[in-house]
Parts: sequence; C-alpha cells; structure tokens
Amino acid sequence: MLTEYAFWFLTFVALFSAIGMIISKNPVYSVLSLIVTFFAIAGHYFLLNAQFLAAVHIIVYAGAIMVLFLYVIMMLNLNKVDEEKRSVWSKAAAVASFGILLVVISAAIGHGQSQQTAIAAASNFGTTETLGLSLYKDFLIPFEISSVLFLSAMVGAVYLSKKEQYN
Amino acid sequence: MQLLHNITIDHYLYFSVALFCLGIAGILYRRNAIIMFMCVELMLNAVNVALVAFSKLYGQTDAQVFVFFIMVVAAAEVAVGLAILMMLYRNMHTTDTDVLDKLKF
Repeated sequence: MLTEYAFWFLTFVALFSAIGMIISKNPVYSVLSLIVTFFAIAGHYFLLNAQFLAAVHIIVYAGAIMVLFLYVIMMLNLNKVDEEKRSVWSKAAAVASFGILLVVISAAIGHGQSQQTAIAAASNFGTTETLGLSLYKDFLIPFEISSVLFLSAMVGAVYLSKKEQYN
Repeated sequence: MQLLHNITIDHYLYFSVALFCLGIAGILYRRNAIIMFMCVELMLNAVNVALVAFSKLYGQTDAQVFVFFIMVVAAAEVAVGLAILMMLYRNMHTTDTDVLDKLKF
C-alpha cells in the first residue's frame, strides 16, 4: 500500500517538474526542475528493485550531467530571462502535437493485449552483484566498446572547445 | 501483471509515454538550444523507466544493463553537444535556434 502511494507521488513530482522545466523562462530554473525530475525517476528505480541503477542515475545525471549544464549556462551567461518572440500559434501547435502524440501512444498501449504475467524475481535481483556479473559476462564486448566511445567523446569535446575561430 | 501493490506494467508505460511526450513538446515549444538538449535527456530517461519496469516484469537484469549503456551514450552525447553549443555561442553569440538556421532547407 505504501509503495502504491510512493508510485503516485513520484509520478506526479516527475511530471510536474518536467512541465516546469519546459515552461520556466529562466534556464537555471529549468535545470533545477530537471534535477527534481531525475530524483523522482531514481525513486522509481528504487521501487522497481534497481537500487544500484538508482544510485548510478543520481551520480551520473544529477551529479555530472546537470552540473555540466549549469556550468555551461553560467559560462555563456544565459541565466537571464530570455524573451522568446514566438507567435502564439507555434506554441499552440507544440501543445497540440504533444496532446495528439500522447493520445495515440496511450491508445496503442491500452489496446495491446499483454499476456505475460510477472515473474517472481530472485531475491538478489537488481543488486550490484547480479548486475556486475551480467555486465562483465554477457555484455563484456559492448562494455569495452563503450570505453572507446567515451575516449572519442572526450577527444571531440576538447577539440571542439579549443579557442579558435572556424569561420 | 502486478509489479507493485496494484501497480501494473501499464502504469509504468503510461508514465514513460507521458515523460517522452513532454520531452517532444519541450523541443517543439522552446527555442533555446540548451533547453532543447535537456528535453532530449528527458526523453532518454523516459525510455530508461520503461526498460527498468520490463526488467522487473520479466525478472531479468539484461534490461538494466541496457539502461547502463543508454546512460553511457547520454554522458558522451552531453560532453560533445555542450562543446558544440559553446563553440556556436562563441561564434554566433546566441543559442536561439531561430537565429541558427543556416542549415535550414
């Protein structure tokens, strides 16, 4: 019963702070709202027995990625309220397409006949041990390749942010 | 079907779809490239929620490993994307996508 309340609480927190991220005029408030959304999603991971994933999610997203966003906003001095001069029609079109897409995908989920029943998971499901075994035994090659991806991303970021005029 | 008390896989799928559509709405609604980038992160996380819910449903950890790789790709993407945005701002002095339209057809 408590988990049910926790589910609804986390869901509403995530959705409302996501809406706040979109409609707030100040980019810093947008970043802070997105951090709240990420914490709510981490709470969902806890409810779904993915404790290690929840910890990694908080460390990577709230700790690294959003701090990077905040630094860039600070360095570019974008933390002022930006006057977006856009017509009401384009915003209305964005909201309408959101609603239509939501209805279409929700109807697709509602009409799907899911035959699968939930499988009782093992007691050590989602712990660091089982996840590490799966990562280093079944997914070793993708794991190694992802290190190359990180290296190339690092080299690319350093190369792109060199102080040099390209035009 | 029940993952938690009275909570089925459908609840998680509807939540995931709502987050994903909010990400798309944000990309269409805002013109600041950094905010649009954050909306892409939101869409990636919506997919992660669905993957973790299915992982619980089937009792397998494979989907959680996929979530790891999505996080890896997201982190690499943020590093490169923010560097591109920094360079754009240095040369064009804006991150407004209504101004940065040289590649527009």
